[in-house]
Amino acid sequence: MDLQATIYLAVGASFALYIAIAIWARAGSTSEFYVAGGGVGPRINGMATAADWMSAASFISMAGLISNMGYGGGLFLMGWTGGYVLLALLLAPYLRKFGKFTVPQFIGDRYYSKTASTVAVVCLLTASLTYVIGQMTGVGVAFSRFLGVSNETGIYVGMGIVFVYAVLGGMKGITYTQVAQYVVLIFAYTVPAIFISMHLTGNPIPQLGLGSDLVAGDMSLLQKLDSVVVDLGFGQYTTTTAGSTLNMFVYTLSLMIGTAGLPHVIMRFFTVPTVAAARSSAGWALVFIAILYTTAPAVAAMAKLNLHTTVNTAVATSGDLYAVESSIKAEARPEWMNRWEKTGLLKFEDKNGDGRIQYYNDKTENPEVIAKAEAAGWKGNELTVNPDIIVLANPEIALLPNWVIALVAAGGLAAALSTAAGLLLAISSAISHDLVKGVFNPKISEKNELMAGKVAMAFSILVAGYLGLNPPGFAAGTVALAFGIAASSLFPAIMMGIFSKKMNKEGAIAGMLAGLLITLFYVFAHKGLFFIKGTEYLDLIGGPNSFFGITPEAFGAVGALFNFIVAFVVDKFTKEPPEHIQHLVESVRTPRGSKAVDGSHAH
Amino acid sequence: MDKSGGAYWKATLGLLTKILIVWFMVSFGAGILFADWLNNIHLGGYPVGFWFAQQGSIYVFVALIFIYAKKMGEIDRKFDVHEE
Repeated sequence: MDLQATIYLAVGASFALYIAIAIWARAGSTSEFYVAGGGVGPRINGMATAADWMSAASFISMAGLISNMGYGGGLFLMGWTGGYVLLALLLAPYLRKFGKFTVPQFIGDRYYSKTASTVAVVCLLTASLTYVIGQMTGVGVAFSRFLGVSNETGIYVGMGIVFVYAVLGGMKGITYTQVAQYVVLIFAYTVPAIFISMHLTGNPIPQLGLGSDLVAGDMSLLQKLDSVVVDLGFGQYTTTTAGSTLNMFVYTLSLMIGTAGLPHVIMRFFTVPTVAAARSSAGWALVFIAILYTTAPAVAAMAKLNLHTTVNTAVATSGDLYAVESSIKAEARPEWMNRWEKTGLLKFEDKNGDGRIQYYNDKTENPEVIAKAEAAGWKGNELTVNPDIIVLANPEIALLPNWVIALVAAGGLAAALSTAAGLLLAISSAISHDLVKGVFNPKISEKNELMAGKVAMAFSILVAGYLGLNPPGFAAGTVALAFGIAASSLFPAIMMGIFSKKMNKEGAIAGMLAGLLITLFYVFAHKGLFFIKGTEYLDLIGGPNSFFGITPEAFGAVGALFNFIVAFVVDKFTKEPPEHIQHLVESVRTPRGSKAVDGSHAH
Repeated sequence: MDKSGGAYWKATLGLLTKILIVWFMVSFGAGILFADWLNNIHLGGYPVGFWFAQQGSIYVFVALIFIYAKKMGEIDRKFDVHEE
């Protein structure tokens, strides 16, 4: 069977599976719609959480980023997994004990204030909407590259699929499709990695392969990679840090706090039956996430080595990388390069007109490299590689069979769709439960609230689809913003609500707003007001990264610190929370008496 | 909160502190602050600082959550606040 037909078959079969699950797992009550009925086991919830969490960014982009950044890319790996420790220890079990449908409801009840819950809804909607845009564009991209249809068609098909299982099944449908999507995406990610690890190092386990010796030659894989990239003027793979050590530290912390504060992840822990299950479920979620996250650095390093080996024959022979014969002839480049050049993700430009491809870092400051390149007649780097290729084209670079390529296509779509569905549920429940029922119409019947939830879901899908079709110019920078907002506004407010009995509504509201505003202020200074080009105001803050060299993506932790400080200062000067709230905090802290999650707003 | 409730919370915070210290040491410590120094040691083909940043801290995180879940279960039962 040819490649295109195999891909259609794999993607079609996975979609049929999702729809079958949707029909089986229809939601008949608000409890099923918001929290899948509250009876999901810790392992199943862990698996669903893993799919919910691992987005198009984790699946498609992360390994490519690590491949480019080397050691510094570890900040994504540590940040996006370390957050689960915070989530498990500081938030998830307590929010489960609290036993309500949504995150803003906890904030509203704990801080006895509709203003507080409305601020939380605004933070949640901003964080989730910015995040969902990335998923919808990811769906469009995956479709257009693998199935040969236009971006638009891809997004419409994606919307249709999500519509079926999210509107019909709510959290219940989403949970069980996410389990299926996890299985698809994890196979899609690990199978090519196993093939490649086997091929390069003889060890089928990529996590071990990355630390093994190469089959060819007597060097370890990382040593070889270090020597090749340094020789070509790139930073040493195993030591190049992300900006500065301080920036890497703060960036990692921001991703951790942001991960723990993202509502679509927290919500998943409302679906388990007990507090104890919420604790262990976070562990299972991280097990399932770790399978991909510990494979990613192997994929990153191995793909990088494969790429260099492909374009420079001296890599394999340990010969002179700068010899004329070493660079491959452009006309003899492999078929997959031609294929990806059409998508624009790979670009070749013969700058010195010698008909060969020179791939090196022409911006290097290493005088030795500059001298060698000059002596060899190289006139600049001739190959531009988009980081997304590392995962998408990986099986082709390693010359793997067609069915593996088809599996990667289905996996990329599973990753994007599962995260989109989780985000859409967070958005629609904030609208139907926290706004419609919580603020505008507290007397709404359960049946009508369920209907409101489904309408809100359908509406959210349309908005997400629209934003995916017409991505605002700022799409690329928005995921960082989602983490920044979750870290600086939601995480501190929830944590203080549990760990400080005396924190009052004035403190919490002031803290959330302060954290949110300072983070937006810093991000907008770099990227423009609401990401509109030309409205950057870097002079006002004294140049780029002026706050101790911290990049805007890494700023969430600073925003969170600001939130904590402002909250405690304001709390000192305003009156303490009423007696019954302090009792509520005590009851949230102990597991005894946990009950099924429900939606009532009264206490 | 009555007296035993206070003791329960104190025991919980004690456990959280210990786990967060390890959490910090493996990621921010071994993976970032001391990575250069640890890179002088090798674990197979891995420089150890690099290994902690891209592999080791993740394994430790997984273990930490399960240890936490188990120990919290024990604390719950000791102070008789566990779920039925």
